[in-house]
Amino acid sequence: MSNSKSRAMRLDVKKTYKLFIGGAFPRSESGRTYEVTDSKGEFIANPSLASRKDLRDAVVAARNAHSGWAGATAFNRGQILYRIAEMMEGRSAQFVDEIIALEGLTPSAAKKQVEEAIDLWVWYSGWCDKIGSIYGSTNAVSGSFYNFTIPDSLGVVAVFAPAKPSLLGLVHSLAPVLAGGNTAVVIASEKYPLSAITLSEAIGTSDVSGGVVNILTGSAAELAPWAASHMDIDGIDATGLNSTLEKEVRIAGADNLKRISSFKDGASPQRVLAFMENKTVWHPIGV
Amino acid sequence: MVTTAGALTDGSLSSIKGFLKTLSPVDQVGADARAAMLATRSIKTASKKWAIDMAISMIDLTTLEGADTDGKVKAICNKAIRPDPTDPSVPHVGAICVYNDMVSVARKHLDESGGHDIPVAAVSTAFPSGRASLEVKERDTKDAIANGATEIDMVIDRGAFLSGDLEKVFSEIVYIKSLCGDKAHLKVILETGELVTYDNVRKASFLAMAAGADFIKTSTGKVAPAATAPVVLVMLEAVRDFHQMTGVRIGVKPAGGIRTTKDAIKQLVLVKETAGDEWLNPELFRIGASALLNDLLMQRQKLTSGHYGGANYVTLD
Repeated sequence: MSNSKSRAMRLDVKKTYKLFIGGAFPRSESGRTYEVTDSKGEFIANPSLASRKDLRDAVVAARNAHSGWAGATAFNRGQILYRIAEMMEGRSAQFVDEIIALEGLTPSAAKKQVEEAIDLWVWYSGWCDKIGSIYGSTNAVSGSFYNFTIPDSLGVVAVFAPAKPSLLGLVHSLAPVLAGGNTAVVIASEKYPLSAITLSEAIGTSDVSGGVVNILTGSAAELAPWAASHMDIDGIDATGLNSTLEKEVRIAGADNLKRISSFKDGASPQRVLAFMENKTVWHPIGV
Repeated sequence: MVTTAGALTDGSLSSIKGFLKTLSPVDQVGADARAAMLATRSIKTASKKWAIDMAISMIDLTTLEGADTDGKVKAICNKAIRPDPTDPSVPHVGAICVYNDMVSVARKHLDESGGHDIPVAAVSTAFPSGRASLEVKERDTKDAIANGATEIDMVIDRGAFLSGDLEKVFSEIVYIKSLCGDKAHLKVILETGELVTYDNVRKASFLAMAAGADFIKTSTGKVAPAATAPVVLVMLEAVRDFHQMTGVRIGVKPAGGIRTTKDAIKQLVLVKETAGDEWLNPELFRIGASALLNDLLMQRQKLTSGHYGGANYVTLD
């Protein structure tokens, strides 16, 4: 490929945009795709249009991965999340290009979003080994017992991240779920899915076990009701759902006591705690 | 098949040996391809519900662990009677399958809890290896029957089979069958994972059926691979051919590695397309499983309630 003639004849190798389930990158089991256009309406990509079966497969993968992820030491989880930030940094140019194309931002605004997203990811990775000591407590009880309350992971959390800013919004929703020891099934923004797809490729090359993060592209309106009624999803971050869908999800999720939250404000340890449950341990004194 | 039915039913070893020589070899590529093709069939809604209930009623709910206790055996007996405590319309399972010393515990608990019609199967003849003298195997079998087992799952001597000593394999099955008499059904475990080729599976199937097996069973569950689809296909073809030759219907029991509803439904498709509708009942087809039942119940709950279930909504065992 050294002379300019063969270079000129080269065909671009186009990417197939796929789902991320259980550490693998499958197409949708339904075989469906949909069209994503840039801010000027020009064709950009054909990502997979995930079906409810893909959602179910992702939940199975997330459930299987949960004991390993929640059982890892908090310090280790923090290191692994930090490793994802390292991988994101390596792909920052790709994130920037995709955000410019889809969201129509200026290069400097897109760059700013990516940098904020990576810094936010690092910030949440630091919370892994601090959340327990800051929000846990030792409780005075009337008996010869030590009594501790410790926040523990909830389980499998479905994440509907806001559409825009596509990367920063996703990190705001996903990173705290993972920092709390949960495994996640992300339903990416239908209109701006490329940041989520590129993030899945960064995660796929970090040290996260398969199934800890699963990323689906497709229609939130199609998948949200199934996620809400699914008995094996323990929580939903509904920040990215519109008010009609959020209401529907809250009604369907009430039947199985799902924890459903949506967030208005920015980075906060409360977003980690939102998907943790307090567990209390009694320990006899003097044993 | 040129052989007459007599060679298979006269009980003499020389005629069965002659018959096995005439047995045509299995087309391995063809069997794999046909099993894979049948596995692609999609079973939905009402057919799926029927298949799930049929699969539940065919399960030999099994616990074969060194760590089995009376409590665990009683727990699976309760589960066998009422697989889903929240839904009485779920049928009971086909049988309970335990080790010899747990037979009496299981029988007593089933009788006391309304499970009179659920038989107890005992694995026998030095399960899973089969490496013991005939005296030990005899005692093992008699003991299980005396304690209330009405189904005996015996293992064949794979070492003898593979080294060509068909006489030993044949005579052991005949002898254990004579001990079972009319008190117990005999299931013969071929342990297909150790038989190496499909030809051997077909040969061992006919040998067991000619020796008096009521069921032929793929595996002990202690060896992988266990009940792969092509192996079950070969065995179903053997019982179909045996029925054509002799008019006698022998049952088939795949065991080991069948963990999901999808796996179970694939097995039912194989049965229907190979042996035929007569085999689609628990008298002639059983599935040896433990984890499978929970997945069937979860899928059944999905069909009933309309939303996906989770492992937290079925019993742990």
